[in-house]
Amino acid sequence: MTGDRRYGAIVIGGGHNGLVCGAFLAKAGLSVLIVEAADTLGGAARNAEIAEGYVAPACAHILHLLHPQVRARLKLRRHGLRLAARRLPTVALDAQGDHLTIRGRHLEGVISDDDVRAWRRLRRRLLRMAGALHPFLGRVPPRLGSDSWRDRLMLIRLALAVRRLGKREMREFLRIVNMNVADLLDDELSDARLKGALAFDAVLGTNFGPRSPGSVLTWLYRLAGEVGSGRTGLAIPQGGMAGLTEALAASARSFGADIWTGTAVKRIVVEGDRAVAVELESGNVLRTRAVLSSADPRATFLNLVGPEHLDTGFLRGVRGIRSNGLAAKLNLALDGLPEFTGLDRAALAGRIVIAPDIAHVERAFDQTKYGAYAAEPAIEITIPTLHDASLAPAGGHVLSAVVQYAPYGLAAGWEAHRDAFADRVMESIERYAPGLARRIVGRQVLTPADIEREFRITGGHWHHGDLAADQIFMLRPVPGWAQYETPISGLFLCGAGAHPGGGVTGAAGMNAARRVLSTRHGKDAG
Amino acid sequence: MTAGARHEAPLLKTPFHPRTAVLNQAKQWGRWAGYATVACFTELAHEYFAIRHAATLFDVSPMKKYRISGTDAERYLNRLLTRDVRKLRTDRVAYAVWCNDDGKVLDDGTVFRLGEKEVLLMAQERHLAWLQDSAFGYDATIEDVSEAIAGLALQGPLSCTVLKAMELDGIAQLKPFGIARFDLSGTPLTVSRTGYTGDLGYELWTEPDKALELWDRLMAAGALYRLTPIGSRALDLARIEAGFIQANVDFIAADHSVRMTRQRSPFELGLDWMVDFDKGHFVGRRALLRERETGPRYRLVGLDIEGSKPAAGALVYYGRARQVGLVTSAAWSPTAKRNIALATLQAPFADKTDGLWAEIYVNKELKWEKTAARCRIVTRPFFDPPRRRATPAPDF
Amino acid sequence: MKTHDVIVIGAGHNGLTAAAYLARAGLDVLVLERNPYIGGAAVSRELYPGFTYSNCSYVSSLMRPEIMRDLDLPRYGLQITPFRGGLTMTRDGDYIASYRDRDMHRREIARHSPRDAESYDRYSAAVMRQCRFIRPMLLETPPDPTSLLPRDLRGLWRIGRAFRDLGPAGMYETIRFWTMSMADFLDQYFENDLVKAHFTGSSIIGTGLGPRSPGSAYVMLHHHMGEVDGTIGAWGYARGGMGAISRSLAGALEAAGGAIRTDAPVARVIVRKRRVAGVALEDGEEISARAVVSGMDFRRTVLQAMEPGDLPAGLVKAARNFKIRGSSGKLNIALDGMPTFRGVPADCPALAGDLHVTETIEEFERAYDDWKNGRWSRRPYVDLMIPSLTDPTMTPPGKHYMSIFVQYVPPELADGPWTSEKRDAFGRTVIDMLSEYSPDLKDLILHMEVRTPRELEEEVGLTEGNIFQGELTLDQLMFNRPAPGYAQYRLPVRGMYMCGSSTHPGGGVMGAPGANAAREIIADLRAGKRA
Repeated sequence: MTGDRRYGAIVIGGGHNGLVCGAFLAKAGLSVLIVEAADTLGGAARNAEIAEGYVAPACAHILHLLHPQVRARLKLRRHGLRLAARRLPTVALDAQGDHLTIRGRHLEGVISDDDVRAWRRLRRRLLRMAGALHPFLGRVPPRLGSDSWRDRLMLIRLALAVRRLGKREMREFLRIVNMNVADLLDDELSDARLKGALAFDAVLGTNFGPRSPGSVLTWLYRLAGEVGSGRTGLAIPQGGMAGLTEALAASARSFGADIWTGTAVKRIVVEGDRAVAVELESGNVLRTRAVLSSADPRATFLNLVGPEHLDTGFLRGVRGIRSNGLAAKLNLALDGLPEFTGLDRAALAGRIVIAPDIAHVERAFDQTKYGAYAAEPAIEITIPTLHDASLAPAGGHVLSAVVQYAPYGLAAGWEAHRDAFADRVMESIERYAPGLARRIVGRQVLTPADIEREFRITGGHWHHGDLAADQIFMLRPVPGWAQYETPISGLFLCGAGAHPGGGVTGAAGMNAARRVLSTRHGKDAG
Repeated sequence: MTAGARHEAPLLKTPFHPRTAVLNQAKQWGRWAGYATVACFTELAHEYFAIRHAATLFDVSPMKKYRISGTDAERYLNRLLTRDVRKLRTDRVAYAVWCNDDGKVLDDGTVFRLGEKEVLLMAQERHLAWLQDSAFGYDATIEDVSEAIAGLALQGPLSCTVLKAMELDGIAQLKPFGIARFDLSGTPLTVSRTGYTGDLGYELWTEPDKALELWDRLMAAGALYRLTPIGSRALDLARIEAGFIQANVDFIAADHSVRMTRQRSPFELGLDWMVDFDKGHFVGRRALLRERETGPRYRLVGLDIEGSKPAAGALVYYGRARQVGLVTSAAWSPTAKRNIALATLQAPFADKTDGLWAEIYVNKELKWEKTAARCRIVTRPFFDPPRRRATPAPDF
Repeated sequence: MKTHDVIVIGAGHNGLTAAAYLARAGLDVLVLERNPYIGGAAVSRELYPGFTYSNCSYVSSLMRPEIMRDLDLPRYGLQITPFRGGLTMTRDGDYIASYRDRDMHRREIARHSPRDAESYDRYSAAVMRQCRFIRPMLLETPPDPTSLLPRDLRGLWRIGRAFRDLGPAGMYETIRFWTMSMADFLDQYFENDLVKAHFTGSSIIGTGLGPRSPGSAYVMLHHHMGEVDGTIGAWGYARGGMGAISRSLAGALEAAGGAIRTDAPVARVIVRKRRVAGVALEDGEEISARAVVSGMDFRRTVLQAMEPGDLPAGLVKAARNFKIRGSSGKLNIALDGMPTFRGVPADCPALAGDLHVTETIEEFERAYDDWKNGRWSRRPYVDLMIPSLTDPTMTPPGKHYMSIFVQYVPPELADGPWTSEKRDAFGRTVIDMLSEYSPDLKDLILHMEVRTPRELEEEVGLTEGNIFQGELTLDQLMFNRPAPGYAQYRLPVRGMYMCGSSTHPGGGVMGAPGANAAREIIADLRAGKRA
C-alpha cells in the first residue's frame, strides 16, 4: 500500500457510518478510500468471537434504526443483507413471572383493557410525532442567524412539520417534548411492566433516568428512527451485525471505494487551513481533497487535527461535549438455550427487557450520578442464535445483553471492578433465568472503558455524545457546526458525533456525504 | 490566603499606598481592578503638564500580569495573539490584542518577552480561564503574577534624566519597547521603555517589598526635575492625546459583553496593522479573514471637533439627522490645542471628509445647552513628539 | 342581590394584584379569602409575641417594578431593602461568600479558585443575556403558537425577533440554556466544587428537579430575572415582612374602591348556561358576579371549584396531570440573640444575606434523590436568612428572626402521610445539621414553627405544598402554563379566569400573573359592553 494514488476523499473509520459515507461518495463518482484501524470492519456493529465457535454482536445487537435511504440507495439487499428476524416483540419481564409482550400496538399478557386502549392511543400519538421528525434525521441541520435560503427553508420546513400535526397534536407535542418520560407514562398508563419497559426504551443509551426532563425527546428521537424501518421493526441481520457491515462494505466496493483495514490514522494533515492529507500510523501520507472522519468529535479534533489549528471557543465546545458512556455489554456463550421462568422459546426469540418498573430504572440511574454502577441494572437481552444457528456450535447459544447503567467514570476504576460488575449483572439476569450461570462456556464484558479502548470511542459512548436537547440537531456536535463541515476546510465529520447521532442508522454518514458533494470539495474531487 | 479581613475590604492597597496616600492632598481616589488608586493628587492641570514638560510617576501595580512559561510559550502566544510573536526578540515589548473565535477583541495589552520560554502579558481585564483554555495541547503554563510585581510608570521628557540621576547605567541607550535589567539593592529591577502617555517614558517593575525603596529613590533622583506623582485623570488625558484606546471605555471585552452586537474586531478598532494573516493559525483568524472580505461594520477614528467643549459621550451625526456613531473618549488637548476625541462610526461614514457633527451638551450655570459641533476625521496620535522614539533618549 | 363585576378567589398577592388593577379600571371588585388574614403565601405573622415571621415566602425580587408603580404601592406602605451578600459554609470551617461589591466578590471566589474568579464576568454576562431575553415577556400574555389570530402572531413575531436579536451565538446559547441542567451550565464556566455549589441553590429552590436535571438552569434564571431598583438579580426584604407586599396591594385595592372579605371560603364557582354567575361560599351563601377570577392553583380551580361537567374533558385531564409537587419546607425561628457560625467572623457582611451549607453538586443531587424516594433530605439544602439583621422591626431589640427554607421535602412520605411527629423529626434533621455549623443555635431558640408541604397545603391552599403553584419545567412554562390552549388566563366558561402562579409567568412573589389576567379580563369586559 503506497500513497501514490491521490484519493478524492478519505474516510476515517470503517464503522457503519464510515462505510455508508464512503459508499455514497463512491457512488457519486469520487475516488474513495476508507481506512479502519481494526482488523475487522464494522466498529460497534461488528461481531466478536467470545468462545470457540461462539460469535456475538460486539456492541450493537438489534437493527432497527437503519435509514431507509441507506438501505435502498446502497442496494444493501443486493449486496447480501438478509434479515434473520424481523418485528421482534419486546418482552417486559416481571418479577413475579407475569411477563408482558409488547408487539407494536398489541399487548400480550395479563393487562387491563384500559391500558391496552391507552397504549394504542399513546403509541399512535407518539408515532405521528416521530413521523413528523423522521425526515429531519436524513437532512443537514440548518444554521441559525444565516441568510442562506437553505437554512431558512429548513427552519420553515421544521415549523410546518410540527404545524401539520394539527392544532391539538401540535400543542401536545410542544408540551411533552421537554417532559420526562416517567411523568408522561404515569399520566397515560398504569401497568408497571409496560411503563418500565417503555421508560427503558426512552433512556437506553442516554445519560438520563426516566425522571430526567428531556427523556420524552430521546424516546421520540428513537421512534423517529424506527419509523424509517417501517414494518421491519426490530430486526437481526443474518450473520449478526457483521451481516450489515459486509453488505455495506460490498456496496462501497461495488461503487469503487477502496477499503483498508488494520490501518490506523495518526493525524489529519492541515496545510494552509485546509485538510490536505491523512498521515497513517505507518508514516504513510495519503493526500486527498476531502477528509471525512467518523471518529468521535473529541478524537477527531483533539487528537487527529490538534488544537493548534482550532479556535479556543470551538475547543471549549468540543471538550464540553458530554460523551461519557453509560451502557455496558455482556455477551455469554452458553452450552444450551437459557431458561427464563415463564418464557417459552418464541418469547426468548424476542427482545427481553429487565426493567420491571420505572423506579427500577430510575434507581439504577441514580447510582451512576455518584460514579457507581447500578446494583440492579436495566438490561436488554437478545439471543441471536435463535435466529441464526450458524453463530454458535450445534446446540450452543449466545446471549447478548446491553446493560444500562455503567458509567465510564467509575469512581472505583473499572480495571478492578469489571468482574464484580459482571457478576451483579449475572445476578440480575439469573433472578429471571435461574441456572443460567451453569450454562456459561464463555463470557465477555465490555465496560465503557473497554469500549473506549476497543472501538476507539472517546468516553466509550455508543452515540459519541449524549443525545439530549442541548446536544442534538443544530447543536450537534457543537453549536454552529452541525452541517458536517468543520473549521478546517476540507475536513468533515460523518460519524455519530454529528447529526442525527448514534444508533446503527447510517444517516450521519449519508448526510455528510451529501454535504460534501454539495460543496466544492466534492465537485473538485469528482 | 485565610478567610477574613483581606477579601472583605472593598479596596486593596497597592505596594505604593503608604506614599501615595500621604501625597494625595486632593483626596480623590478611584478604583482600578479592586485597588484604591489616586485619581488626582493635587490638581489636574499641574499633573497633566508635568507629563508633557517634566517627569511624572504613576502607580501601575493593579495592572493584570500573567506569566507564560514553557517550551511552547512562543507557539502558544502566536496562537493567542493576532501579531506574530516570533518577531518579538527577548527583552522587547509589543502591544497586542487577542480575539475570540468570532474575531472580536477580548482585550489589548503588552507582551514582555523576558526570554525564549518566558513571557509576561499585561492587560486591563481578567482572562485566566481563556488564557488557560487556549493553552490546551501546549506546553505553556499561565500564572497570574499580578500581586508579585509592583510597577511605576515614569513618563515625561525628563524621565530619562531622572533615571540617569538614579544612576541606571546606559539607560539612555534603551530603545523604545526595549527592556533593561538593573539592580535595586540586591533585588532585580526591570525597566521597559513603554508607557501610556505617548511621550518619552519608562515603566519600572520590581518586587512589592522593594516598592517603597524604588519610590523613594526615584523621588530623590527626580527632586531637581520636578518629578510629580500623578493620578489617573491626568494619565487619561495624556493617553487620549496619544490616541490609545482603553478596554471598557473605547471597546468592551468581547466575552464580558451582554449584547453580542457590541463586540468589536481589531479592524473595527483601527488595529488592522496588528493582524498578521501570514503567521499561521491564531484564534479568530478565520472570522477575521471573512471580515476582511466583507469589510468591518464599524471603524474607530480620531476626531478633531470644532470649539473647545469636550465631546465625551456625544452622539455623532452625518448631516443633521442621521446618527452614525458615538464618541467614546474626548478631551480638550492642552498640548495639541485641539478638541480631540476617539469615536466609533459606522463603517461607511468613517471615510467622510465632511458632514459629521457631534451633539455636545454643555452645562452653562445649571442650564444644559445642546450644540452641534463640526467634526473632522484626523489621524492619530493627536500629539506625537519626536522624543518619544529618539535613541539615545534626549536629555533636557 | 347585588352583582359584582368581578369576584377574585383568594387574597394572595396575585389575586390582590389582579383585583387592584380591575378596581382601578372602574370595576366593582370583591376579593374572597378563606383565611382570617390576607396575603396567601406573602404574609407577616406574629406567631410568637414580639416576633414577625415571613412564614412562607421570605424575600422579594421578582415583584414587577411596573406593578409597584402602576398601583403606587410605596404609598400603601411598601418598602423594599436589598440585602447584602450571602455565603455557603463548609464542614471544615471555611466558607465562600457573595458580596455586592464586585471586587470583593471576585477576590472571595479567587480564594477558592483564581480561574473561576476570572470566569465570573463571562458567567454573569451569559445569565444577563437570558434575563434580557425573558424579562419583556413577563408582563405579556403568552401567544398561542398554534393560533393564526393576529395578536398571537404578533406575540410570536416579537419573541422571534428578540430571539434573532441575540445573534447566532446567542441563539444557540439560549436554546441550550433553556434545555440544559444547572450542573452542565456551571461546568461551562467553573471548575471548583464549592464555587459551583454556591451558585447552584437557585436552580432547585421550590422545584422537583436536581441540579443535574435538564431544565434546572431555567429555574436559576427564574430566580435571577427580578430586580431591586434596577439591579437585576438582586433580592431584598419587604420592610415589616412579606405581608407588607400584600398589605400594600390591599391598600391600593381599597383606595380604588375594591373590597376584601376574609373568612369567606369559596366552595364552588356557579356556572349557568355555560357562563359564570358567581360563587357559592362553604356556608351556602351565594354571591353573584359577571366574572370570576381564581387565584388558586390550576388543580384546585378546575378540580375543586368547578364541576367537571362544565369543562372539556381534556382540560380536566390536564388539570389532573398538572405537575404541582411539593418539595419544600420552612422553619421559622425566634432567637434570643444572634447565633455564631464556625469560621465566619461575626462582622462578616455576608451574614446579612442567604446562608447555605451545601458544598457540592453531589450533595444537592443526593438531597434530591431522598425526595424522589419519598423522604425528606437527610442533608437538605437550606436557604437560611436572618431578616432582622436588615430589618430590626421584625423582632424585639437584640433578638433575631431566622427563616430557613428547606429543599427537599416530599408532600407525602414513602412510609405514609405526614404526622406531627414526623414533622418534628424533620425539623430536628434541619436543626441538627445546622448545629454542626452554629453550635449555639439550639440554645438560642425561643420558638420554632416547622412547616412541611402538608402545612403549606392546608394553611395556604397550595396543592401538595408546591410554592410555585406548579413545576417550572418547560412543559409548564409560557404557552404551556398551566396547560396548552389555556395559557391566556381564560377558562372555557364565559367569565371564568385564572390569575394565580399556575399561569404565566409562574411562581415567586411577582404579581405578573395577576396583572396579566386583569388586562385580559378588562379587555373582555369592555368588548362585552360594546357587544
